[in-house]
Order: sequence, then C-alpha cells, then structure tokens
Amino acid sequence: MKNLKILALALVSIFTFSSCNEDDPIAVNEEEVITTVTTTLTAGNQIITLTSRDLDGDGPNTPVVTVSGDLIVNTTYTGTVRFLNEAVTPVDDITLEVKAEGVEHQLFFQAPAAIGAFTYTDADVNGKPIGLAFTLKTGTVAATGNIIVVLRHEPAKSAAGVATGDITNAGGATDAQITYPVQVK
Amino acid sequence: MQSKIFSFCCFCLFCNIGYSQITVSGKITTQDGIPLSGSHVHIGKKTVSSDAIGNYTVKKLAAGNTKVFISYVGFQSIDTTVNVVVDQMLDFILKVKTDQLQEVVIRQKANRLNKSLLEQNIKMPTIEKFSNQTLGDILKEVAGVSSLKTGSTVVKPVINGLFGSRVPIINNNVRLEDQQWGTEHAPNFDINAAGKITVIKGASGLQFGGDAVGGLVIIEPVSVKKDTLFGKTILNMVSNGRGSSISTSLHKGNDKGWSWNALGTYKYMGDKEAPDYVLSNSGNQEANFSGDIKFTGKKHDVSGYYSFYNTTIGILSASHTGNVNDLYNSITNKIPSVVNDFTYDINNPKQKVQHHLAKLNYNYYFDETASLAVQYSFQFNKRLEFDVRRGNFNDLAALDLALTTHAVNVDYKKTLHDWSLKSGFNGSFQNNFANPATGIRPLIPNFDRIEFGTYGIVNYDISDSFSVDAGLRYDFSQVEATKFYFKSRWDERGYNSEFADFIVGEEGNQWLAKPSFTFHNISASTGFHKEFGQDLHWYTNVSLATRNPNPSEFFSDGLHHSTGVIELGDLALDKEQAVKLSTTLQKKWTAFSVEVNPFINSIRNFMFLRPVGFETTIRGAFPVWEYQQTNARLAGVDVQTHWKINNQWQHDFALAYVNGRDLTNNEFLIDIPPLNLSNKIQFAKTEWNDLKLELKSEMVLRQNRFPDNNFITSIVANNELTPVLVDISTPPPAYQLLHFYSEISFKTFGKSSTTIAFSIQNILNTTYRDYLNRQRFFADEMGRNLQLQLRFNY
Repeated sequence: MKNLKILALALVSIFTFSSCNEDDPIAVNEEEVITTVTTTLTAGNQIITLTSRDLDGDGPNTPVVTVSGDLIVNTTYTGTVRFLNEAVTPVDDITLEVKAEGVEHQLFFQAPAAIGAFTYTDADVNGKPIGLAFTLKTGTVAATGNIIVVLRHEPAKSAAGVATGDITNAGGATDAQITYPVQVK
Repeated sequence: MQSKIFSFCCFCLFCNIGYSQITVSGKITTQDGIPLSGSHVHIGKKTVSSDAIGNYTVKKLAAGNTKVFISYVGFQSIDTTVNVVVDQMLDFILKVKTDQLQEVVIRQKANRLNKSLLEQNIKMPTIEKFSNQTLGDILKEVAGVSSLKTGSTVVKPVINGLFGSRVPIINNNVRLEDQQWGTEHAPNFDINAAGKITVIKGASGLQFGGDAVGGLVIIEPVSVKKDTLFGKTILNMVSNGRGSSISTSLHKGNDKGWSWNALGTYKYMGDKEAPDYVLSNSGNQEANFSGDIKFTGKKHDVSGYYSFYNTTIGILSASHTGNVNDLYNSITNKIPSVVNDFTYDINNPKQKVQHHLAKLNYNYYFDETASLAVQYSFQFNKRLEFDVRRGNFNDLAALDLALTTHAVNVDYKKTLHDWSLKSGFNGSFQNNFANPATGIRPLIPNFDRIEFGTYGIVNYDISDSFSVDAGLRYDFSQVEATKFYFKSRWDERGYNSEFADFIVGEEGNQWLAKPSFTFHNISASTGFHKEFGQDLHWYTNVSLATRNPNPSEFFSDGLHHSTGVIELGDLALDKEQAVKLSTTLQKKWTAFSVEVNPFINSIRNFMFLRPVGFETTIRGAFPVWEYQQTNARLAGVDVQTHWKINNQWQHDFALAYVNGRDLTNNEFLIDIPPLNLSNKIQFAKTEWNDLKLELKSEMVLRQNRFPDNNFITSIVANNELTPVLVDISTPPPAYQLLHFYSEISFKTFGKSSTTIAFSIQNILNTTYRDYLNRQRFFADEMGRNLQLQLRFNY
C-alpha cells in the first residue's frame, strides 16, 4: 500500500518537474496574409497608385489607405492590382498565387457610374476573367466617390453576370475588400 | 421562498427524531460453523461488515418488511426480506458457491454518493439505439439536456442551459481533455463504448472536479462480472448521408481471474441532406477502438484500458465566410452559398481529430465496506482543422493542436453503518502545443497546466427514509502560457499597465508574452433526500462550483470564420463561481410516475462573449466580441412523466425550460435553449418477438428571450456602399418533428439473438433551423432519415 502511495507521488513529481524546461515558441510565419493591396492606374504619363496597407493582419490597427492623385475625366486607364504580404521578409507577392489559381479567384471593381466603368482584360485557363488586369474608363464629368476592390476566393465564375464584373451572384469567400476614396476631375 | 424551504427542512429533521430505533444483530458463519469476518451485511438502507468473529450489529432500523442482503466473496449471497418488529438476533449461514450462474450480469458501478441529487441515467438499450450517432445526440433523451451543434455531426451537450467547459465529461473515471472549451469541438468519444451514461445536473459530483458549473456527464463502460464470453455486433444503414456504421465488441467476463473487453467501431457517412438541398461537405468518417484487460484477485483487482478515437468531420462548405458581406448574404438569401451534388468526399473546411486514452487502475478492497482505488491516466489529443486556403496551403492544417494530459487519482471509499464516506486526491499535468507550421496564428497558445485537488464527501442516513450528504473540495491550478501578441493588440487590450511583467521577448511587431496564473478554488455540495412513503421522494441539493477561465476565454485573438466575428480573450478575467439550488419531487403510483425538478443557478463572474465594436482589416470591417464577466442567473424546470397505460402501451413526456439572464447588464443570455417538449408513445408486446413500436414528437418553441447583437454594416449594392442590418440575433421559428422507431427480436440458436430495428427521423421531412446550431445562418437542418439497424448478440 505504502509503495503505491510513493509511486503516485513519484509520478506526480515527474510531471511537475518535467514541465519546467520549455523552449520559447516560434512566431508563426503568416505567409498567406494579405497586408497590402495596391491598385495602379496608368494613362499616358500619369500613374495613380491606390494602396491599402494593414501590417497587423487581423490585429486592431485599421488599414492605411492612400491615393496618390486624382483621376482625369473621360480617360481610359490601364489598371493592375497587386497583393503583397509585407509582414514577412522577404516580402511575398501573393499576386502570383492569385494568377496561378486564376480559376479559383476573381476580382470585382465597383464604383458609381459617375466615377467610371471597369472592363476585365485578363482571363484564366477557362477564358473567364480574373481581374488582375483591367481598364477603367472614367466618367465625363467631375465626381467624387469610392472604388471598391474585392478579391473573392472560389466564386461561382459561371453564374449570371459574374464574368462581366457583377458581384451579386458570385458567392465564394472574401479574401480582401478595399475601399479607395477617389476624385475624378 | 428560501426561508420557507429552510423551515420545511427543519420540520423534516424533527419529524425523524424518536422514530424507528430497532436493532438487529447476529453472526455470519459458513456451513461448517467458521465465522466469516468482513462479510457484507445490508439491512434496509444500512450497510455494515461483520467483525473478526463474524458478528454484526445494525441499529436504528424502521419497523416493517426490510430487505436483507448478505454477501461474501466465494459464497452464495443471501437476498431476502425479514419482518423487523422488535430488536432481534438474526444469524446467517453462507453456502460455498459451487455452480456458476448462466445468465450474464452487467454490473454498473454504484457511483451514487450524492443521494440528495436525482441522477438521470441512460442505459444499454438506448445506447444501442444511438449506435451511429453521437454522445450529444443521446444525451438529449434526458429532460433538461439539449445540444449545441455545428452542423449535424459536431454535437455538444447543454445541461440546464450551460455547455463546454461548464459541463465536464468523465469517461471511464477519466476527465476527458479534448479541447472541450471550443463550441465547435464535439466530445471525442465513441458512443458504443458506453455501458451506462449518467447526467448530474449540478456540481455535486465533487470526486470528478469542482468546476462543473453546468453539470457532469459520467460514462461508464460495459463491465461483465460473471464467467462468460459473449459478443455483440451492431450494423446501421441510413438513408440521409447514405452511410453505414458497424460496431462490434467481445466481452470476456469473470468474477475471479482475467476478464477483458474489446470494441471496434467504423462509420462512413456522406453528405447529409436538408429537405431541399444537399448539405455539401457534411460527411464524416470515424474509426474507433477500445479495449481493457482486468485481473480480479481476492482482495484487489488490476486493470489496463486503452481507447483510440479517430474522426474526420466535414464542415458545411457554405459556412466558411470571408467577411461580414458574405455572412449577410447567407442570412438574407436563406439558402447555402455552396450546394454541390452528393458525395462521400470530405473537403476543406474539415476537422481531423484523434484522441488516445490509456489508463491503469488498481483497486484494493480492505473488506466489503472499504476500498482504495489508484489510477493513472494518459490522454493525447491531436486536433487538426483545415480551412479553405490558397493553393498548397489547403493541405496544411489551419489549426494544429496537441494536448497531452497525465493524471493520477487516488480515491478511498468506506461504508459504515449509517455513514458512507468518499475521499481522495488527484494531480494532473497538461501541455498544449500549438504547431506554428500552420502559417496561421493559433487560436490558443502553448501552455502548461498543473492541477491538484482533494475532496471528501460524506453521506449519513439519519433514518431509513431520510439521508443527508455533504462534500467539500479544494483545487489548486497553475497555468503558464507562451503567446505572441501583436503590439497593437497588446495596447488595445490595455495589458501594458497590468501585465507588462508577462513580456519576455520581442519579434518584429509582436511581443512574446508568458502569462502565468495561479488559482486556489473551493467547491462544495450539500443536500438531503427524504422519502415520505408511498413512493414520494424529495431531493434537494445546493452546490458551489468554481471554474477558472479556459484557454479561449484568456487568449482568443482573431477572426472566427463561421461567425464573421473577431473574438478577443482577456487576461484580466477572474474565476467564475456558481451556486446552484436544485430540488426534485418524485412520485410513483402503480401506473404513473412524475418527476419535477426546478432549479436556480446564480453565477458570479459568468464569462461570456459580448459585442463591443468593430475592427477593420484588409477584408473589411468585422464586429468585435470580447470575453466579459457578469452576474448571471439561470432558472428553470425539468419535468418527466411515465405512464404505463396497460401491459402493451406506455407514454413518456418530458419538458425542459430555462431562463437565462445577465443581471449586470439587464439582458437575456445568448444561446439559452428554448422551451422544449417531447411526447413518446410506445406499444410493446413480448409475445410477438419483443415487438416495440414507438412514435415520438419533439417540439421546440421559439426562443423569445435573446440579447440583441445585431449590427449595421456596409455592403456594396448598385456599386455603392449601402448600410444594412445584419441580423445575427433573431432565433429561428418553433418547430415540431415526428420520429418513429420499431424493433423485433429473434432467438437464433443457443444464447444468441438478433434484433432488427427500423426507424425514421423527421418523418414529415420538415424544414427547420435550430437556435443552438452554429450553422443556422447558412443552412437548414437535416431532412428525413430512414435507418435500419441489425443487432446480433452471440
């Protein structure tokens, strides 16, 4: 009987002492996180950069949105979107992944008609748009509003209107949603 | 009200003084006249053992027909009734046991020390019926127990409105450590391994822990006492999910020497279907094994047990949302965003969970009335959760937790005349490892936890019809965690002033913190059981439970994909304390019995998630809910009736109601089960091959008492941001379901028998959603399900 008690005590003390040595954990390398979404609009010599940067991911800090300049009325801009993970070193370009898996991704651009109209200029292997490349034809009169860029993962790319940029029937899960305040002059 | 109860208690106490003082004494010997010392003597409700020369004395017996039970290992027991009128001598002669009994006796260990609380039991026939379902499903058979679900496979029991860390599950005398804090983590247990399931609706099971704020679920395995070998195979085929399951077990029993049990279960289920669509990615697969071996000696027994539970559970595709827009679309569209053709394949999101449990037991019986049990148990729980991710990340778990628990328990039991005592202590060490290779910040961090506890419970039979019990427990707990915090989060939480000491390192924009907490907790339970005669019983129990914050309450820090909410833990949380008063009146007539159990549970520092604002990330704005503490009160009543209409017909009724209030904020509590009623009518005829036919109606009303956590968000409509109300609070409407069950048994040859059971769940293919299903925003519940079950006993 006594032996048993000793055994029990021994077991308990083993667990107690074995717990003392623990190496510090490794910080998680969040390779997948999108911290930065940069939309570039080019017309002739004019390059406008719209950026949203959120280095603490799901942390409490709000993304910092910057717009480098105003758009010009009645102009056709060539647009590209880049997704970066700037929380890791070296910086990870997630755009490449989105492109490689074009079938599973689509970007949606939304803005009031007065700001302009978007047209996809790229396609995935099935001939459906991805949205990493596009054109924006600005409105004919000066206007203020928001350009909303949405990256959807696994959208229903064949659903009605989706291929022309209508998000209504797209479904899927949102990987990024940025609102850029812009002005058309 | 309370003072009335108190005065009634006093009245009862006085009633019992000067009542029934008969003493019975005598001698226990063998046929050769050799005295048997240490034999078990049970007269009326008193238990004693004979002394060194075989003499015994039992005092304070009530007059009248009294049950007498005398036993001694290796001798035939005496089980009789004696009319006790005056003090008398009763000598017993025990015969040596020669022949073995043919019948199989499945013994259930008597764990009942808290006689002041009426426990609810689920026994073998019901467990067999639920062979291909889960622990959470079967527990709903008990009035007052409902379930918190994620889809149809992840089912957690809710006792009187509480769940998760507040309802510990004890499997084979081992406290199940399987990341039970998670609302989407089902108990890792194969229902087929249960011989009996007991529900204690309160904290009075002090030998198992002091933190059962909601209640306890105690699972005991099948244990065979007689020398026999038998097997059982249960085969299930279901239409909804187009799956099947098989569970087969072999039991070798023995009252001396070696005995063993072995069980294997395999389940394979495809997508379930709601009345109108396939619930895509809701399949599940399970492969389990459990086995034990035991040696029983004259005064001791030794046993070893091992079980392995291995499951893959698909999580409804449509329940993965990226941001609040996706959630809003799901709620307003009322159909899942993803509906594919039926498949057995399980894609992301999914859970892969493995649970190992190994233990060693040693029991020593000093005599028939006293015993000591020593147990060492080891548990290893591996939880992998896969989410919808980009590219190769899909093959990498988004959450990878390994939880290791070692525990030692020592328990001593003693029965002495009118007293029974149970006391013991336990120690445990636990380590949680959150694998950083997932590439996603883990939901809970690495931690080590050390716990010690000690308890004592006594029961005293004041008279034959009145008993009281009391128990006290002390627990020590120390948790040391290591976690990376974003500096921005650390500041937002305001940890700098109070917890700056915890910071041990820095990495980029993150702090490495080592939060450490120590708790000293007291828990207690006391109550009485009074029998008024004519089968009227009154049980009353008051229990004090103390629960420490669990890992998610302390450390949560991020987005919850199926609710579209950022959940934040709080290092400043204090322990939660609950005082529960529960009273049960039970009355049995010849054909009708009724049980009414009102309760009130007052909880100080009740931990819950409360909406506090919004945070914007690259995916858009998310509501933020943080763990807060409040004073809460849950009050309700459980009612059960049983009516034996005649030899063939029976009726059962159950009702459960609970009202949960947040007293500090003057709000209702979230996720409180609505009023539910169940009616079952059964026709049974033994002569027709044990035919049984059952029709059951399950009615769940709408929960009208809920907190308003709705919020406004901006969604893109007509190319512009438009504010909309996201209704995450309103509970779904009431529903009523009808279920049918039938079975018939055949004797095949010798002792073997075959039972065929056919059942239909949700006969009318009713479309409904349940308030306590985490996926109610995304899809309807399962539709009609036909099930065929074959049970072979051999």
